[in-house]
Amino acid sequence: MAAGVATWMPFARAAAVGWLPLAQKTMPKPPVDKKSRSDEILFVNVSGLRFQTWKNTLDRYPDTLLGSSEKEFFYNEETQEYFFDRDPEMFRHILNFFRTGKLHYPRHECIQAFEEELAFYGIIPEIIGDCCMEEYRDRKKENQERLAEDTEAENAGDAPLPPDATLRERLWRAFENPHTSTMALVFYYVTGFFIAVSVIANVVETVPCRPIKGSIKDLPCGEKFSVAFSCLDTACVLIFSFEYLMRLYAAPSRCDFARSVMSVIDVVAILPFYIGLVMPENEEVSGAFVTLRVFRVFRIFKFSRHSQGLRILGCTLQACASELGFLLFSLTMAVIIFATVMFYAEKGTKGTTFSSIPASFWYTIVTMTTLGLLITAIHYQLLIQLLMSLYFHLQYLFMWGHVGLSDLLSCCVPQDGDGDSTPLCVKNRSAFEHQHHHLLHCLEKTTNHEFTDEVTYSEVCVTDSVGFRTSRSTSLSSQQGATTTCCSRRAKRRAFRLANSTVSVSRGSVQELDTLHVTKTPAGTQYPQSRSSLNARTENLKLNCDDYTAAIISIPTPPANTPDESLPNSPAIPGILRNSRSSTFNTQETVKISSL
Amino acid sequence: MAGCTCRCRQGVLKFIQSLRRLVFGTLTKDKIDDELEMTMVCHRPEGLEQLEAQTNFTKRELQILYRGFKNECPSGVVNEETFKHIYAQFFPHGDASTYAHYLFNAFDTTNNGSIKFEEFVMGLSTLLRGTMREKLEWTFHLYDINNDGYINREEMTEIVRAIYDMMGKYTYPALKGDVPKQHVDAFFQKMDKNKAGVVTLEEFIVACQEDEMMMRSMQLFENVM
Repeated sequence: MAAGVATWMPFARAAAVGWLPLAQKTMPKPPVDKKSRSDEILFVNVSGLRFQTWKNTLDRYPDTLLGSSEKEFFYNEETQEYFFDRDPEMFRHILNFFRTGKLHYPRHECIQAFEEELAFYGIIPEIIGDCCMEEYRDRKKENQERLAEDTEAENAGDAPLPPDATLRERLWRAFENPHTSTMALVFYYVTGFFIAVSVIANVVETVPCRPIKGSIKDLPCGEKFSVAFSCLDTACVLIFSFEYLMRLYAAPSRCDFARSVMSVIDVVAILPFYIGLVMPENEEVSGAFVTLRVFRVFRIFKFSRHSQGLRILGCTLQACASELGFLLFSLTMAVIIFATVMFYAEKGTKGTTFSSIPASFWYTIVTMTTLGLLITAIHYQLLIQLLMSLYFHLQYLFMWGHVGLSDLLSCCVPQDGDGDSTPLCVKNRSAFEHQHHHLLHCLEKTTNHEFTDEVTYSEVCVTDSVGFRTSRSTSLSSQQGATTTCCSRRAKRRAFRLANSTVSVSRGSVQELDTLHVTKTPAGTQYPQSRSSLNARTENLKLNCDDYTAAIISIPTPPANTPDESLPNSPAIPGILRNSRSSTFNTQETVKISSL
Repeated sequence: MAGCTCRCRQGVLKFIQSLRRLVFGTLTKDKIDDELEMTMVCHRPEGLEQLEAQTNFTKRELQILYRGFKNECPSGVVNEETFKHIYAQFFPHGDASTYAHYLFNAFDTTNNGSIKFEEFVMGLSTLLRGTMREKLEWTFHLYDINNDGYINREEMTEIVRAIYDMMGKYTYPALKGDVPKQHVDAFFQKMDKNKAGVVTLEEFIVACQEDEMMMRSMQLFENVM
């Protein structure tokens, strides 16, 4: 799109001639274009590989290294070329971005190397074209997860404790890394053993045993040997409670430990027992009590402390939570649909089991899970993803050797978006921007109205004191601080408003103007003849509205006062914030700043 | 009779083929291919020398212009949608589509719904390097929407409204009342000397040349390349 704007600028300015007969005021002077207009071929030498391109091509994106005067730092006088000591293979992609306006991500390249190159040349990765964006995001996520695991592994390290470690620290160490001391290992195995015993006991309890003498009916073993089983249960619960309390004592941050998944599992495993102690032997509540005993099965989850694989599975499930959620939702939908169909199909028949729709739920579920293969086929990608992720993690961990047995579930850091965008350098206002502002200024002169924003507009409507408004807004905007807060507020409002209009949003640097524009085209109209529209990135623009370009419109003064040099020397007004381009055109005139 | 049988057979074959394609889902693919073929029609401009002779640009400038144009529109023509889209990007505040429409018609001298490079460059040449009279004539043709040689109030109102649309809603001072209409009244006051209700080309040119302010502005726009 950049080329779109830059190329058509002379046309747009020429078309402004059409406004002239209507103008009620004189037009402002156009910005002086100091650069020579003739195009030339530039030579760029990247580690020996020589590239040639038109200067215009590079000028399309004035916010990048190659498009701005920053490249002059790399100019080699003797060989009359720009020399970069960087990867020539990557440079091909960078240059193609300038030529075509689309940034592609080469699949065979390492993502970090690619990002470093982009950062060097001043290109933000968010403008990667749609064709390569998904691949890029996937790779980035993988990379971040790997990094997270790296840091986790580093933190959990097996370095020996300092000799003056307190008992607490030693204890915690023993719990997290059982292989560090024999005692810890013993404890680890003992708890593992008792978890297994507890789970097996729960299962065996319900197996029918031979009846006691004098009775015919089969009894579940739990009732026959009720004393034995209850002793076993008590012992297990005592051990688990002891373990939990020890962990709680040793944990460096008790709050965090109490909130972690593993501790919740621990609590849920032992809670039914204690609740059972407290509850009276009442017929009514015993039903609820039996339900609680079900929770004893959660003890099996305690195994996840002992098994890497389980934790990785948990991590993976968490990562795929949205897909799983969708799977569940679609299953539910299907169940409801089919259950309804079955119910109404069998409505007339006598003696049918489908007495109501919920009754037919069970039938539907059973049938569907039998036919679950069909569902699997539909969601095969999810499963493959799961399996691949699992395999990848396991392989990585295996290669790394034993990673500390710290709670891997807590390592699933939530993705906080691509917040790693390097800040764009503050570049001087480009010639293109000057021309654009001049164009808008001409329009203002033609209609004898000025651009303003929603805030000021609504204020004007409310107060309706035009004359008073002028001086107030002037004084407001000449203060730096107020301007920047105004601008940042307006920025947010602007982005949301303009996102609904059919025009592009210009924000921040010209690179954004050039490459990102929001267009709500009528239901996917294609523009096969122009490449201008191919870089629309609607969603990015809505989210990242922090920067702003402020346009300087000078309050009309008699033309005689306007000096010849209307271009500012970009005086470094004290306190210019990043990308808040509020420099004055002319120090003698008061300025009113409105957002672009 | 033989021809009829032949045609019948061909028709049946075609029908079976389309059925087959329908079943195997490549029907849409073919349609897209067809569409692509149509839009792949390229237009090549006349030679560089010819254009240089016809316009006031040098070869170098034409080269630069064409490179930009070709990069944006590889097929060699701009259609109205694209044109509106491009123009709208310069005026993010308001709605530039109406004005872009009139502008498009002004550039599209052959009235075939698309602007070729020659038309584009001719228009630019007039606006940037033309004589005062040529510029005024161009502007007159821009305002004269129905090309009848007269600008009447309705046409002028349309144009002025289109221009005010580009300003958007949030202006200072706020657009109260029917500002475009007042603007049109002022315009006709200035231009329509014989109060005929329409402005002819000569009236327009004379009135503009008498307008000092406008002449100064025009001169500012010299060579804004």
